[in-house]
Amino acid sequence: MALSREQMAQRVAREMQDGYYVNLGIGIPTLVANYIPEGMEVMLQSENGLLGMGPFPTEETIDADMINAGKQTVTARIGASIFNSAESFAMIRGGHVDLTVLGAFEVDVEGNIASWMIPGKLVKGMGGAMDLVAGADNIIVIMTHASKDGESKLLSKCSLPLTGAGCIKRVLTDLAYLEIENGAFVLKERAPGVSVEEIVAKTAGKLIVPDHVPEMQFAAE
Amino acid sequence: MAGFDKRVSSYEEALAGLKDGMTVIAGGFGLCGIPENLIAEIKRKGTRDLTVVSNNCGVDGFGLGVLLSDRQISKVIASYVGENKLFEEQLLKGEIEVILTPQGTLAEKMRAGGAGIPAFFTATGVGTPVAEGKEVREFNGRKYLMEESITGDFAIVKGWKADHFGNVVYRHTAQNFNPLAATAGKITVVEVEEIVEPGELDPTQIHTPGIYVDRVICGTFEKRIEQRTIRK
Repeated sequence: MALSREQMAQRVAREMQDGYYVNLGIGIPTLVANYIPEGMEVMLQSENGLLGMGPFPTEETIDADMINAGKQTVTARIGASIFNSAESFAMIRGGHVDLTVLGAFEVDVEGNIASWMIPGKLVKGMGGAMDLVAGADNIIVIMTHASKDGESKLLSKCSLPLTGAGCIKRVLTDLAYLEIENGAFVLKERAPGVSVEEIVAKTAGKLIVPDHVPEMQFAAE
Repeated sequence: MAGFDKRVSSYEEALAGLKDGMTVIAGGFGLCGIPENLIAEIKRKGTRDLTVVSNNCGVDGFGLGVLLSDRQISKVIASYVGENKLFEEQLLKGEIEVILTPQGTLAEKMRAGGAGIPAFFTATGVGTPVAEGKEVREFNGRKYLMEESITGDFAIVKGWKADHFGNVVYRHTAQNFNPLAATAGKITVVEVEEIVEPGELDPTQIHTPGIYVDRVICGTFEKRIEQRTIRK
């Protein structure tokens, strides 16, 4: 079975390390915060100018001046800092953020990512996504493996305008965890119950399938 | 107004000199930390053909969105312009020009503009539509885009507290683009929730030193929340 949104978030959370500064994009990436392993300390960076994002506020502590990059009301945890937007992107562009997790429309075998613009549809803007993919070394893209119409999103060449060129090395989809090496996707793990054949069929870009592709493990809920 | 007393007593005075065709740099992220009364004053004045530089362009009926209904804005430089139907409509009809700019590049354009740096190089946007028409240069084996900085005829800024010297502190994440905008205006106008007595602000905690600020006005703010999220 394809992974649920929660399982995708859970799988990515396993890439966290104690002491990491992490930027989580809007959508499924935001859910990753719910699965940070116990006993591990992670600081979440929000590009509007907050390092050390805490949980949503209570009705009593809600504050219009305290939001995250998704414009949701949030809190700051102990140890947090708040700063201006240039400082925030100095952290991002300067490579100080340890892990960036974001969504995408398409990824290709050269590590290109398209996530902000569909020609012919209204373009709302890239926000901070271009800075994030250009600035980070360690990026995980989370997306569904194929569109609703079954079109693969893992391509030999992105068809949509790019967010960044040659900057993606790791992709988690609802079917598989893959890495990008030497112009190909390498299948590293598959979702429980999903066959290698299904992943091959739904991957348009060159895919290398090792002899053994382990299934992801999830604790029974 | 004498010496270092930058206080003005009316919004009319705060935006005196703002004329058709000018460039206005605005602080704020979404609806957080936006100079809402200064925007309302631009609407009241009816200044037209403005170029607005701001991360976002407000929502329908609030923030910079209020300047759209009378078509006061002709060009927007922003990183994200969603959440605004009127804006979409004017964009699709070609009534408004938009230059989408990566958020970090936009912040740096304001910072550099205020710091007298005409351009800078960044890896952001290399190989994307943002790079079209821009110089690319290689440093240490990596490609970078040349991005030109931005200055404005006016900067409109929302602070928390200021003194009459124009020293400003911001509250929480309402800081965002405000201190950057403040440096980049030929005339920088800051509206705050409170004007405090001289000496009350700790010099070590000032976000925007008064040298950048021309006019300070005290206002009351709605502070509308875009996404009200509560812990379960």
